Amino acid sequence: MDNIDIDLLKEITETTDGTFKGAYNIRKNGKGIERKVTDNINIVTKEDVSGINIYVKENTKFEFVHIPVILTESGLNDVVYNDFYIGKNANVVIVAGCGIHNDHHKDSRHDGIHRFFLEEGAKVKYIEKHYGEGNGNGKRILNPVTEVYLKNGATLEMEATQIKGVDSTIRTTKGILEDNSNLVVTEKIMTHGIQKAKTTFDVELNGKNSSTKVTSRSVATENSIQQFESKVIGNNNCFGHVECDAIIKDNARVIAIPKIVANNVDANLIHEAVIGKIAGEQLTKLMTLGLSEKEAEEAIINGFLK
Amino acid sequence: MLELKNICFTRDNKKILDHINLTIDTDKFVVITGPNGSGKSTLAKIIMGIEKPDKGEIILEGKNITNLSIDERANLGIGFAFQQPVKFKGITVYDLLKLSSKKEIDKKEACNILSKVGLCAKEYVDREVNSSLSGGELKRIEIATVAVRASKLTIFDEPEAGIDLWSFQSLIKIFEDMRKIVKGTTLIISHQERILNIADQLILMKDGKIQKIGKKEEVLGQVINKPLCCKLGGENNNG
Repeated sequence: MDNIDIDLLKEITETTDGTFKGAYNIRKNGKGIERKVTDNINIVTKEDVSGINIYVKENTKFEFVHIPVILTESGLNDVVYNDFYIGKNANVVIVAGCGIHNDHHKDSRHDGIHRFFLEEGAKVKYIEKHYGEGNGNGKRILNPVTEVYLKNGATLEMEATQIKGVDSTIRTTKGILEDNSNLVVTEKIMTHGIQKAKTTFDVELNGKNSSTKVTSRSVATENSIQQFESKVIGNNNCFGHVECDAIIKDNARVIAIPKIVANNVDANLIHEAVIGKIAGEQLTKLMTLGLSEKEAEEAIINGFLK
Repeated sequence: MLELKNICFTRDNKKILDHINLTIDTDKFVVITGPNGSGKSTLAKIIMGIEKPDKGEIILEGKNITNLSIDERANLGIGFAFQQPVKFKGITVYDLLKLSSKKEIDKKEACNILSKVGLCAKEYVDREVNSSLSGGELKRIEIATVAVRASKLTIFDEPEAGIDLWSFQSLIKIFEDMRKIVKGTTLIISHQERILNIADQLILMKDGKIQKIGKKEEVLGQVINKPLCCKLGGENNNG
C-alpha cells in the first residue's frame, strides 16, 4: 500500500496506519490485497462472482470486521458482492466503506452489494463511510446496496456517512424483519457542486414486535440534488419511524418521498420530513457567542451531521 | 460602561423605542421592567446588535458600536441570554459550552459550569440541545452558555419566560447568586419581583420610553402596595 491508499483508508475507517484489529479484508482496484481471519470470523472468496462471504460464529462477542475498499485507478467499474452470515447471539461491529481517488478524466465507480443474514439474537453494528477525492474531472460514483434479513430477536444498527467528494450515488437499503427484531439506520449525506444523491429505504416489518427507525440527515449545498425515498410496510404488530431532515443551501434541491403502508391494525408507523435552510435564530445564537456568520453556519452543519 | 443615546426604533408605524437615553455603570446589577410591549426586549436586542436602531448611538466603554455586527459586539464583551433558548440538532451541551467559551474547556470545566446553574452535570453534558430538554433545563443551559463567557456586560431577556412556577422557584436562586456566576455588569429584563428586589438599579419602561430610573427603593417604593399590573404601569394604573 502506498500513501494514497493509507490516506483513503484513514478517511473511511478509524485506522491511523492502514492496519486493523480483528478480522479484515482490504480490496484495492477490484482485487483483495490483504486479509486476516480470526478463530471466530472467517472470510472466504466467492467463486461465482467477485466478492467475499464473511462467517461469524455463534456467540462471538465484541469482535471487529473491517472490509474497506479503495479505488485509485481511473476508469474502473468495480462491482462487489459481500455476504455476512452472523451466527446466533453473536455481537460484532462491521466497518465497511469505499474511498475513491480519481485524478484523471475517466469515471471511477464502485457498487458494493452487501447482504446481512442475522440469526436469532444476533447483534451487528454496521458502519459505512464513503469518500471521494482527486483533481481529475472523472466522476467518482458509488452505488451501495444493503440488504438486511433479521431473524427473531436480531438487531442491526447501520450508520452510513457520505460527507465529501462523491459525485453521484444511489443508495438502496432493504430490510426484512421477523419477530422481535430491530433495524436502526442513520444516514448522513452532504452534497455540493453538481453532485447527485438518491437514497431508497424499503423495510418490511413482518414479525410481531419488529421495529425500525430510519433517520436521514442531509445537507445539500450549491447546485446539488438529493432525493430521499422511503417505504415502510407494517404487516404485524410493529413500530416504524422514518425521519428525513434536510438543510438546504444556495441553489440545491431536496426531494423527500415518504410512503408508509399499514397492513395490520396494530402497525404503528410514523414518517417525519423536514426540509429547510439553517434557522436564523441558530445563527444569531452562535453569533452572540462570538462566531462569525460563516463559523456559525459550519458549527451548525457539523453538529447536524455529527 | 454602556451608553445609549437617543435610540429610536419604529416598526409598522409603531414607535417601539422613542428616544431612549441611558447610562449603565460598570459592575452593576440592573433590571429593566415594564408592561408587555413597552420595548424592553427590543432594547436588549438593540444592545446586542440583533436589531438595528433607526436612530441613535450605542457606546460601549467609549467605543461607538452602533454599526458593529452581533459577533463583533460579542467579542468586545457583550453576552446575551435569549428569552426563548435556541434549540439545535446534533449539537450537545458540551459542544455549545465549548463554542461559548473564549478559551478551551474540558468536560470537567463544562460540568462545573452546569453544576453552578443547578444541573446534574453528568446527566446533561452529552445531551443534545434539542426539544427533548424541558423549558427549565434549556433555560439553565442558556444561562450556562453566557456564564462561561464571563462577558463585561451580560444581558438576560426575561429569564422567567416560558418556565413553570416550580422550575422558576429553583431558577430564581441562581439569579440571586448571579453576581457570583456572572462577572461584570448584568442587565436583566424581568417582571419578577424577586429579581427586581436584587437590582442595584431599576429602570421602568412604558410605551417605548424610560419612565423612571433609580434604586430599587425609589422605583419600587411608589408601587409596592399596588397590584402587580399597576406596579408595572399596566392598564389599571389609575388605582
